[in-house]
Amino acid sequence: MRSQYDCVVVGGGPGGAWAAKHAAAQGASVLLLEKDREVGIPVRCAEAVGIAGLKAVVEPQSRWISNVIEGAVLVSPEGKEVLLASDTAQGYMLDRKIFDYDLVRIATESGVEVLTKAYVYGLIKQNNIVMGVRVQHMGARHDILAKIVIGADGVESRVGRWAGLKTNIKLNDMESCLQMTLSNINVDPRYIYLYFGQEVAPGGYLWVFPKGENQANVGLGIAGTFARYKSAQKYLKEFVDRQFPHAAVLYTVVGGVPCAPTLKKIVSDGLMLVGDAAHQVNPMSGGGIVTAMLAGKIAGKVAAEAVQAGDVGTDRLMRYAESWHRAEGKNHERFHKIKQAVYKLSDADLNKTAESVLRLAPEKRTLSNIFRAALIKHPALIFDVVKAFV
Amino acid sequence: MIGIINDRCDFCGTCVAVCPVDAIELFEARIKILDHCTDCMLCVWICPVETLAAIEQNGTIKNNEVASLG
Repeated sequence: MRSQYDCVVVGGGPGGAWAAKHAAAQGASVLLLEKDREVGIPVRCAEAVGIAGLKAVVEPQSRWISNVIEGAVLVSPEGKEVLLASDTAQGYMLDRKIFDYDLVRIATESGVEVLTKAYVYGLIKQNNIVMGVRVQHMGARHDILAKIVIGADGVESRVGRWAGLKTNIKLNDMESCLQMTLSNINVDPRYIYLYFGQEVAPGGYLWVFPKGENQANVGLGIAGTFARYKSAQKYLKEFVDRQFPHAAVLYTVVGGVPCAPTLKKIVSDGLMLVGDAAHQVNPMSGGGIVTAMLAGKIAGKVAAEAVQAGDVGTDRLMRYAESWHRAEGKNHERFHKIKQAVYKLSDADLNKTAESVLRLAPEKRTLSNIFRAALIKHPALIFDVVKAFV
Repeated sequence: MIGIINDRCDFCGTCVAVCPVDAIELFEARIKILDHCTDCMLCVWICPVETLAAIEQNGTIKNNEVASLG
């Protein structure tokens, strides 16, 4: 470890790994800091990813994939099942332990240095310009200078806060999530199931994502405004007791997913935020692996070019924010509007939506048509649906 | 004030992310509520596993349901 780098990346998840890789590939010296003793652990993820999306950011490797998903089934409050027609519903169940480890390993092939058990406890700043990080590692404290710090430090992004960016999220946009990895259950490994309704997961959804025969990630997210009255844990326990009474729980994980539009400011002088830290999760699905990697790729490239140009000021780094907005950010604003309207629908509305979609031919049961049916009383949003699901 | 039932905490950082006044510190496997906490309750509501709870002046947990959770 040196005392100075072009870029220091805080956080070794997919966003951080990809930012580090792409900065290093453009010639920057890069240090990646991970607070845990190993990248990839603990897993805080439902592990499902769309094939098309993943392929856009990395060539998938078979060792990352625990199960191939052929389709997605949406379940209405009264239990009507709609199998999505779209090809885009095809996905992989990732093994995030192996996936995350491999992404960091791939980054090191571009020259990225890695330090695990490295706990960043503050930023080095001069006149509000971020100049580096303060790290605790193996009982010693180090100051590491960086021309650009990339904060990929997850939903609670301390890096963003220290830099003075407003990273707090509204309660309504934070999904309170809990997931159990269950075994000894009867699931069809070809399909993921998404359950909707006030009783199951108000302001969110419950997922059953099979990792293979007889095992699945079963979890849910509920909007913070509902979590106030009953916790995610209670909702999930009720579902699992009812649906999978003989299940064994192999792993339980907790987390918050920021289902909001991207933060207004994701860069400042000498600093960029990537992934959950920047609220770059798809606000509709809660999926954030591919979006974080895409953002990391853009951020890494912009960072390396900024260092080469000798200008790491906000205006220069805005190239990252603008490029992200064109690529995904704009669409996330649409998804967020749609999400807010959909989560206000009553169970009766959702049941009616399922019935009307089931009257369509199977190949017409696309997400676009489902949302059009769901938002029939919100014609102003149909434009957003059409744009969002091109 | 806000109390912490530490053995429930999974250190996921969700409470930190919703805190409007940056009054929660998560350091490795420890969370700490700082003095400038305003008792707004957002962290208590958002926690997926009911780690945080409002505590009465006499030290009892305000939200009885929390205490009863297995």
